[in-house]
Amino acid sequence: MTTVDRGPVGHGRMLRKEDRRFVRGRGKFLDDIALPGMLHLAVLRSPVAHARIVSVDTLAAEAHPKVKAVVTGAMLEERGLAWMPTLSGDRQAVLATDKVRFQGQEVAFVVAEDRYSARDALELIDVEYDVLPPVVDARRALDPDAPLIRDDVAGKADNHCFDWETGDAAATAAVFDRAEVVVRQEMVFPRVHPAPLETCGAVADYDRVEEKLVLWATTQAPHAHRTLYSMFAGIPEHRIRVISPDIGGGFGNKVPIYPGYVCAIVGSMLTGRPVKWTEDRTENLIASGFARDYVMQGEIAATRDGRILALRSHVLADHGAFNGTAAPRKFPGGFFGVFTGSYDIEAAYCSMTAVHTNKAPGGVAYACSFRIAEAVYLVERMVDLLADELGVDPVELRLRNFIRSDQFPYTSRTGWVYDSGDYATTMQEALRIAGYDELRAEQAARREHAGDGQSLMGIGVSFFTEAVGAGPRKDMDMLGLGMADGCELRVHPTGSAVLRISVQTQGQGHETTFAQLVAEELGIHPENVDVVHGDTDNTPYGLGTYGSRSTPVSGAAAVIASRRVREKARLIAAGMLEVAPEDLEWTKDSSGGRFDVRGVPDSGVTIEQVAMRAHGAGDLPEGVEGGLDAQVSYNPDSLTYPYGAYICVVDIDPGTAVVKVRRFIAVDDCGTRINEMIVEGQIHGGLTDGVGMALMQFIGYDEHGNCLGGSLMDYLIPTAKEVPDWETGMTVTPSPHHPIGAKGVGESATVGSPPAVVNAVIDALAPYGVRHADMPLTPSRVWEAMQGRATPPQ
Amino acid sequence: MEVTLSVNGEPVTRDVEARLLLVHFLRDELGLTGTHWGCDTSNCGSCVVLYDDEPVKSCTVLTAMAGGHDVRTVEDLEQDEVLDPVQQGFMECHGLQCGFCTPGMLMSARALLDRDPDPSEDVIREAISGQICRCTGYASIVRSVRWAAVHPEGRSEA
Repeated sequence: MTTVDRGPVGHGRMLRKEDRRFVRGRGKFLDDIALPGMLHLAVLRSPVAHARIVSVDTLAAEAHPKVKAVVTGAMLEERGLAWMPTLSGDRQAVLATDKVRFQGQEVAFVVAEDRYSARDALELIDVEYDVLPPVVDARRALDPDAPLIRDDVAGKADNHCFDWETGDAAATAAVFDRAEVVVRQEMVFPRVHPAPLETCGAVADYDRVEEKLVLWATTQAPHAHRTLYSMFAGIPEHRIRVISPDIGGGFGNKVPIYPGYVCAIVGSMLTGRPVKWTEDRTENLIASGFARDYVMQGEIAATRDGRILALRSHVLADHGAFNGTAAPRKFPGGFFGVFTGSYDIEAAYCSMTAVHTNKAPGGVAYACSFRIAEAVYLVERMVDLLADELGVDPVELRLRNFIRSDQFPYTSRTGWVYDSGDYATTMQEALRIAGYDELRAEQAARREHAGDGQSLMGIGVSFFTEAVGAGPRKDMDMLGLGMADGCELRVHPTGSAVLRISVQTQGQGHETTFAQLVAEELGIHPENVDVVHGDTDNTPYGLGTYGSRSTPVSGAAAVIASRRVREKARLIAAGMLEVAPEDLEWTKDSSGGRFDVRGVPDSGVTIEQVAMRAHGAGDLPEGVEGGLDAQVSYNPDSLTYPYGAYICVVDIDPGTAVVKVRRFIAVDDCGTRINEMIVEGQIHGGLTDGVGMALMQFIGYDEHGNCLGGSLMDYLIPTAKEVPDWETGMTVTPSPHHPIGAKGVGESATVGSPPAVVNAVIDALAPYGVRHADMPLTPSRVWEAMQGRATPPQ
Repeated sequence: MEVTLSVNGEPVTRDVEARLLLVHFLRDELGLTGTHWGCDTSNCGSCVVLYDDEPVKSCTVLTAMAGGHDVRTVEDLEQDEVLDPVQQGFMECHGLQCGFCTPGMLMSARALLDRDPDPSEDVIREAISGQICRCTGYASIVRSVRWAAVHPEGRSEA
């Protein structure tokens, strides 16, 4: 058994340092920034999904007494700023010049003295549109008569975005040809939106004298943004400072560069004053990075006795009007290639076709670990469909097919090298907490009395494996930038320290957990380690926080930097004690860290004493520089592969088709946990996302391309009344290649939970003969399924 | 138009536009940025303040209507450098992550405990059901409010 209890790192369940300001209302979020002379920017957006712009008349807006500037796409075009690069190497209009290509697209902006006046002036801009037929359904995007969306790209004749494939098509076909059992199902992972509670925004302050831009922005990746602004706008990179203040939730929504950020920069350059732009909620939902929107054909091949042989899928991916997806360059479909899940199979193949539609750009957002949410949903639904076909309990089928613990490191049929795992143990722990056998017995009893007002009880299981912590330099990059992350650790003379990191918290608690990492390695109390992040002038370079990568990448950097400092401290301590470095023994307890002469307790010096010597006037050993610092840029050897077993219990009212989540059991294995309280909190949040996506969250469009999920009255997010008290458990199987054995966990629950909920609902509907129904499983859609007319979401 | 109201126990008189929302008045005019704004439709509750001791979404109130009323924001919870038990509870029980919904949740929790010092978990869930948290999944918020109910003096047992 590989599961070991390594115990918590540093100070375990340490309360969060950042909470002190947040509970007092003293967080500093983007919209809390107020600079002297600051102006306010508002964006005019297209009311239609597809149209040629005939004219834009700004005269009345310019005449508004409080307006300082009105800018159109034509004006940006004169400066070469009308288009900006996306993170996928496509381009996106900052302000539309020729056409609008989705409802909510940016058409013009106004800069005014206050936020109300800026909005007023938008009403005074007169845009004449020549409305064109839109492409709304991805399935129709490649029809010969489909309207062409991207006529801005020379030579482009259709709405094709990209093709991608992984695995071995021939080997997989051969297995399918001889398989005793093949199950097929089309399923949709609908378009959803991460909807962080704080919308996106920026404050740009361009100093014309210093020629320096300071940009406060809601970004999860301040360094990457700075580089892209420099490449795009031509401002030398050292004259751009990006500051990411407190972020009110990101979940992937704050990875891309949005036109609004660029507008704020242009607005400040034009007016010579600081300019603030903040989205309203509708703008956030209809125009910023969406997630999912995959139509997936799934096929699973097996033996009659329940041995899974192969998986095959074809994915139709809707990338919207511009390919704004944020994924490593060689992975246009993200990490969907891990769709073989947690199972040891013989062959796998996936092909993907991505298309443009007249819908908002985006694609990789919302805590999906680069499309693993979609992959896990596919495989975990297919395994349940196979269990149904074979008449086998879905847990039993999973246990029969798991990658065994002695097979790690395991290379999947699509080439992913899973680092460590003991899946059966984690599954068993979830069954134990759930009382699985008792639940099945209760379900059987209820079904016997069906019709007596009994709710329809369903039990759903999912078992996910993620690949997170992007990523190794040899395997991936974003627009040519390696996906390393850095940190710089400085120990001050009195023994406290500052750790500067390149990743950016959005609620993950980095100010606490990164201090704990240093504490664990150096014996400096976490209260005495200040964590600095979110400021490109004051932190080392790195690609930021998304894809559950902070702990696997920057966390590793922090550990390695701490160990380098400790080794330097050993040399200095050896000089202080006049012994050889190898004769010193490092110990750490609640009072701190110290070097003692081996075998002679209390003979030595504390880390604080070493720090003072390092910065002091006394002699240092030959060849040792003063100071006690280290800087590390960590290029991970491999991704980390967290996993978990989830069980959901639902009750459906047969009269109203309302689904109630009665219980949710989540057992996660993310390797070594730095702070169990924070890990558990992240899991709770992800489970809520999963319930939301499975049951209510949906960004739909009508046939004209009007977004139907443009407010929180239409885009439904779970409240405290829609989710249960989460039941969590853990196993600990350390990553062999991370310096403390940690794996990423921030997105695990968002990725792993939707299939558990859907599997539970389908299980509840088994008496109605329902095999599959697509999310969101709203009462009306569940009711349709019960009547035998389940349809894909529109 | 001129309006006079009480904010955190202090009388405030300002000349405001008739359409100015209370949330923007608090944030932009008074600099009380602890009260947040998160939606246009009064769904998210990140703007909840106490309005004559009742939890109210300050995006639904015009400043002009608030004349003569008593508004209390998150900045007023800590008194004489002593945290309110709900503030302490949220720290003890990991009732927040990004911190954006937190002020609104704290104000609703304070109002709940003022009228029901020992609420059940179901009652707590009902009390915060007009508010959205995207990070915590609510369980830890419920525990945080329970912590405050059990520790009315706000002292940690640790």
